[in-house]
Amino acid sequence: MGLIEFFLGKREDQTANIAKERLSVVIAHERSARTQKRGSDPEYLPKLKQELLDVIRKYAPVQEEDVDVRVEKSENCDILELNINLSDHA
Amino acid sequence: MSKIIVVTSGKGGVGKTTTSASIAAGLARAGKKTAVIDFDVGLRNLDLIMGCERRVVYDLVNLIKGESNLKQTLIRDKRVDNLYILPASQTRDKDALSKEGVEKVLKDLMRDRFDYIICDSPAGIEHGARMALYFADEAIVVTNPEVSSVRDSDRILGILQSKSRRAELGQPPVQERLLVTRYDPSRVDTGQMLSVNDIVDLLAIPLLGVIPESKIVLESSNQGRPVVLESDTNAGQAYDDAVARLLGEKRPMRFLEAQKKGLFRRFFG
Repeated sequence: MGLIEFFLGKREDQTANIAKERLSVVIAHERSARTQKRGSDPEYLPKLKQELLDVIRKYAPVQEEDVDVRVEKSENCDILELNINLSDHA
Repeated sequence: MSKIIVVTSGKGGVGKTTTSASIAAGLARAGKKTAVIDFDVGLRNLDLIMGCERRVVYDLVNLIKGESNLKQTLIRDKRVDNLYILPASQTRDKDALSKEGVEKVLKDLMRDRFDYIICDSPAGIEHGARMALYFADEAIVVTNPEVSSVRDSDRILGILQSKSRRAELGQPPVQERLLVTRYDPSRVDTGQMLSVNDIVDLLAIPLLGVIPESKIVLESSNQGRPVVLESDTNAGQAYDDAVARLLGEKRPMRFLEAQKKGLFRRFFG
């Protein structure tokens, strides 16, 4: 700190605060993108759906849109949800 | 059982190799049998920082390809007992660094009863960096108090949490720890530099240590000596503290305060 700054006090522009603010925004943004990506469907899902469809068709006539397979992620566990709609005359 | 520690950062030039050399030398000095592996295939530099560049005969890629065995490839440090260096190759044979190949080398080291295996990661988030961190039990994330370094460290944390073997197998996560390097307390005091607390807040991982900005880091690399061996310097002592904390010792953080200026320097400094 030089003579003038000593008498005038610290400089106004505390750039570290700006850095912290900018970083907290960008990091929060990138983290949320990461967790969303991780929350997307697992790779096996299409194959699982196809095989389930094949098995069900052995016993009942179903269309592809009658079988709904999805994975839902919550904080503590992942849920594999399976919904099969059987038509009336099955 | 060997403990595998990756030294990583995302960004280049923040002190990964300097840190790998000092952590490895510090652990070995504490009596732990330690190997330090350079994963920067094509840009070998750990050998220079460790001062063994003229003793390199075989390298990591030779070892993976079976062209040499572990005993031939490891370079024994002449200053510190229990310390061995595994250099990277200088050829750009990217395919050689396969997951299976790296696993085989690590298993060989475990069979040789190494206590610690330090993996010096290349910069970036490409193949070499991913291989360096894949098998890690612990990670030392080296960060400078500077925006791009902090952001890249957070990227690397994301990769550790999703692409490491522990993450893929659903095992307990890689233990992450922050090492802040090139820290200048006087610039923090005047609000020009992010403080350690700022960085810990942003990255939200435990702090392993803070290495002050120091001329000795360049001077050590000039001579090929790990900084931690310079016991009479701030940076050397800060690395020694970090090693002690890795080994479970509790030591207070040092060198976080600027040195007080005398009255004369306050006016005319």
